[in-house]
Amino acid sequence: MTEEMIIAGFGGQGVLSMGKILAYSGIMQDQEVSWMPSYGPEMRGGTANVTVIVSDERISSPILTHYDTAILLNQQSMDKFEKSVKPGGVLLYDPNGILHHPTRTDIKIYTIEGAKLASQMGNPNIFNMIVFGAFLKIKPIVKLENVIRGLKKSLPERHHKLIPLNEDAISMGMNNVVEK
Amino acid sequence: MSEVKLMKGNEAVAEAAILAGVDAYFGYPITPQSEVIEYLMVERPEDRTGMVVLQAESEIAAINMVYGAAGTGKRVMTSSSSPGVSLKQEGISYIAGSELPCVIVNVVRGGPGLGTIQPSQADYFQSTKGGGHGDYRLLVLAPASVQEMADFVDLAFDLAFKYRNPVMILSDGVIGQMMEKITLPAQKPRLSNEEIIERYGDWATTGKPSTRERNIITSLELDPYRQETHNHKLQAKYKKMEENEVRFEAINCEDADYVIVAYGSSARISQKTMQLARAKGHKVGLFRLISLFPFPKNELNKLADTVKGFLAVEMSAGQMIEDVRLAVNGKKPAEHYGRFGGVVHSPEEVLIALEQKIIGG
Repeated sequence: MTEEMIIAGFGGQGVLSMGKILAYSGIMQDQEVSWMPSYGPEMRGGTANVTVIVSDERISSPILTHYDTAILLNQQSMDKFEKSVKPGGVLLYDPNGILHHPTRTDIKIYTIEGAKLASQMGNPNIFNMIVFGAFLKIKPIVKLENVIRGLKKSLPERHHKLIPLNEDAISMGMNNVVEK
Repeated sequence: MSEVKLMKGNEAVAEAAILAGVDAYFGYPITPQSEVIEYLMVERPEDRTGMVVLQAESEIAAINMVYGAAGTGKRVMTSSSSPGVSLKQEGISYIAGSELPCVIVNVVRGGPGLGTIQPSQADYFQSTKGGGHGDYRLLVLAPASVQEMADFVDLAFDLAFKYRNPVMILSDGVIGQMMEKITLPAQKPRLSNEEIIERYGDWATTGKPSTRERNIITSLELDPYRQETHNHKLQAKYKKMEENEVRFEAINCEDADYVIVAYGSSARISQKTMQLARAKGHKVGLFRLISLFPFPKNELNKLADTVKGFLAVEMSAGQMIEDVRLAVNGKKPAEHYGRFGGVVHSPEEVLIALEQKIIGG
């Protein structure tokens, strides 16, 4: 199994963290992982993206141009990466703020109302975990228990009390992903 | 500490420095290597091993602090990215001339000038052929993974002390910024002052006892004949490095018709190209340079007997290709491919270049 993906959106949406949690989850189940961020002048409000590879085998290039999955969380990322999804691949996006929706017919397209659900849950910070939950429903490449183990490992002890909230967010995403 | 971790290349260098028993780090932040000093500041190695970490007022100050501390026989390191390493060149030349051990990490970004903060491999000439003035060489190691970013720190120090020569770890923005799985080595203790005197007392300025002449560290010699003799000594040392310290990894080269020569992140990208090419039925191998100086010229020359052509892949307008051509010495075609100025080539772009320039040509 090799999953090559890109997660892209605005800085501050938790794009890089989502990728990091996925990579940690992969490590928890003994897989090879790579996490390659864009590191330009990205900051809150700018664009940010990260390429994540999870594989059973040694990973060659951390730099890719085509992806099995693209998680696209703003219009700029949609414009840039819709065409980069491999035929038969997956595009997951939050329709909030998207004016030009994806049009490809040779890929599977899913939506998750991440921003809306996060605000309903009263915490905009868990947006990325809702989207991550939606992804795990579509592609259960890492087990939920390993995600939790990954979270424990990557979060400082003082933040461990937030893990149940993250679990709820993941379930929320899993239960609300819609195939278009 | 055999626990598996997820770390950035820059963080791995920093943690590996603590674990390698490094005595001091002097640096100055610059993208894309700032995580080295950030990690060290957060980790507070002075509490763990007594290692000194200091943010100097400039890159020039940092390299001169390295120069001074290295003179005392301590394990000293600095790191920067391209424009910062250019500033360090005067100090590096002095350190090489004075024959002092130290480790310099360069997480290369696009140039020339202030350039861009994106990854590049355009500092090959600077690293392998001087950079500063005078006839000197650095031993240059090129990590291609986060694991090697860590592993090469201790190796670099061992080589630096073996040859009393500065060693450069030549990385780039990709390897520095990416996170991968890593297994860290065990903590090496820092040497005590007594151990340093015992091992390096014949050259280091550890305080003059009555039992020996004073040790003088200088790169200045006004008598040209004596300076020529000193240069002969340096050249003999560099020759020894060429004989003993060549490092490379040959992947699928035994049956290869075509070989990609690359180092660092370009080697990782080219490994995927090799897989894509093999899936199309082309017998392609990858010759990954680990030491850039010394350059594995004999091994490449030998490979030229069995392959039909070489493609040198590097994120520069063509630097390493010159050494590849010197090694191959006209036996077989050797062409260059690379995006540059901060643009990273994709495995597919390299495959197209391979097909157009080598396989088709």
